[in-house]
Amino acid sequence: MAKLGYLPKEKLTDFLENLKKKYRIYVPCQDGDAVLFQPFDGEKPLCLDRPATVSPKSVIFPQTDILFSFDYRKSSEDPKQVSIELTENLDFPETVIFGSRPCDAKGFLIYDRPYTQTDMPDIYYKGRREKTTIITLACNYPSPGCFCTSVGGDPADKEGSDILMTDVGTGYFFEAVTAKGEEIVEDAVFEDGSSYQEKAQAAHKAVADLVKKPFDSTEGLPEKLLSLFENDAFWEAEAAKCISCGACTYLCPTCYCFNITDEQAGSKGERIRSWDACMFYHFTLEASGHNPRPLKQQRLKNRVGHKFSYYPKKYEGAIACCGCGRCIRSCPVSVDISEIVAHAQEYKDEPSK
Amino acid sequence: MTQKKLKEVVQKVLPDVDMVIGYRQGFDPVHATPFFVTRPEQIDELIWNPLCVHNLASYIPSLTTNKKVAVIVKGCDSRAINQYLQENLINRENLVVIGIPCSGVVSVSKVLKAVDHQIIESVSCENHAVTVKTSQGEKKLSVSDVSPDKCKTCLYPTPLVYDHLVGDPITSDKEPESVYDEVRSFEEKSLEDRFQFWKTELDRCIRCYACRNACPMCICQDRCIAESRDPHWVTQKTNQTEKFMYHMIHALHLAGRCVECEECTRVCPMEIPVAKIKKKINMEMDQLFDYKAGLNAEDTPPMYTFKVDEETIEEHEL
Repeated sequence: MAKLGYLPKEKLTDFLENLKKKYRIYVPCQDGDAVLFQPFDGEKPLCLDRPATVSPKSVIFPQTDILFSFDYRKSSEDPKQVSIELTENLDFPETVIFGSRPCDAKGFLIYDRPYTQTDMPDIYYKGRREKTTIITLACNYPSPGCFCTSVGGDPADKEGSDILMTDVGTGYFFEAVTAKGEEIVEDAVFEDGSSYQEKAQAAHKAVADLVKKPFDSTEGLPEKLLSLFENDAFWEAEAAKCISCGACTYLCPTCYCFNITDEQAGSKGERIRSWDACMFYHFTLEASGHNPRPLKQQRLKNRVGHKFSYYPKKYEGAIACCGCGRCIRSCPVSVDISEIVAHAQEYKDEPSK
Repeated sequence: MTQKKLKEVVQKVLPDVDMVIGYRQGFDPVHATPFFVTRPEQIDELIWNPLCVHNLASYIPSLTTNKKVAVIVKGCDSRAINQYLQENLINRENLVVIGIPCSGVVSVSKVLKAVDHQIIESVSCENHAVTVKTSQGEKKLSVSDVSPDKCKTCLYPTPLVYDHLVGDPITSDKEPESVYDEVRSFEEKSLEDRFQFWKTELDRCIRCYACRNACPMCICQDRCIAESRDPHWVTQKTNQTEKFMYHMIHALHLAGRCVECEECTRVCPMEIPVAKIKKKINMEMDQLFDYKAGLNAEDTPPMYTFKVDEETIEEHEL
């Protein structure tokens, strides 16, 4: 039986303060008109009424990650002799992501396959991932652009979270999903939650039906998209309005591509890993000057293809999109990935679409 | 009414062009989205209302080299076309401009704020107002209350360049002097306060380059030094210094070129008012060279020419 707890809303700050003694906590805060995951400091008010503008992926996969620092040193006896000193920091603190949404938590599961479930795990990602506990807030209303139920998710999905919490009016109902989560729900600040379980379940059910369903199923989708791979007219029409910026991929909880650069000043520098976006021209630019994806339609095809075709083909059908809708909501021109997928599903081989 | 007339014009224009770029309803009731009409049966989907915020002129430079394109523009958007013509960035022969006199658009961010980020169930647009329905009820918002900053000081509601004009011309009732009021009042703050303002705002930047890519005048996007490794002038780090550097590069490259469409601010997913930086530079350009970008296709942008003696610049002694 999962550990259940009830936290009156007025005790939320007490709870987070308690948690802060042991963990570094990231909470969604209003910053300007955006909502961002920032370290909990007890002062900045939380914003839990809508999903954060950017997913919490940066907590585990920072936009700029220093892989190591380097320092070239000349020998004092022989200036021609240069040694290099490398320093790396793999000491990651215990961290809690509080107030992410079910789709955000699922996003990390999509990261896990290429980054941890391989013969060569990524030590930076894995290190942070293992030290992170995720407390998810079930959605009490779908946001514009959301379509989690079309990609196997749910506004109250527990998968990927350590705790699922639900707003039940006067307080939050906490349900521990993992052992890590149970440890937190044992905090003395919690009241017994069992009497709120029914209410939470009813709320979950009511929301699920409100989420829009741009397409019914993802069955056969990987193959369907592959069959459209060389259909330039289809992708040109879908990408016509795209402006090739990186808003979609940078806000996305599942986009995990990166770039590596050495940033050096004088004899010292850092090798950094930073987010990259397949929508950028430079993403596939090769050293020779050749670019296999010079056109925006080729790049958009890659973004859709990676999430709904290549990734599922590689990882037993798992779709690499959690339907959070951020790429739709924040797109400067409202490119709608769910609409593109629906168009692909409906596509019939005719001379003009 | 305008929407109906617009469709009639598009009907007439479409047979002679490869596409007409206009607007249709987007993924939710408060978002319009750019719409590329290539077939007559699509015309009925076209919309025209205060939600039609995007500067569609931005799409033209990459298209008019080998396609014949018609584009729908508002007054502010039309300045980009003049600027393109000045800089020889488009082929005018391949372009049909459908102008619509505009009495103001809305800022979607401001609308969302006005309804407390409640989910918007429907939006209806009437004269100078939008009525927004949420689960909390209906709210009628005057367009001028939720319009982007550019509308508040708009001097050119009627397009400055067009082949077809849909609707009657509108004359601006704004004071030309008021355009830079916002910059002047910001400059009254202390240097520290101004620096702190930008540090806080730009700290949110994620370097997604939406501001750059949506900018009609940012035409070297694929060669942008913000990303290039050779030269490696800006690092890929996301600290304040690098973000600041990128935005200054963006703004300085627009000196005497920014047409004040404020797309950069509109598209920013992090809600950073980056257009303010460009507006400051525009004010300087206006004061130094008595020049406003995109007003006349025959003008020469100040950075494209050289005068031995500039009236307003004091030369250093040689």
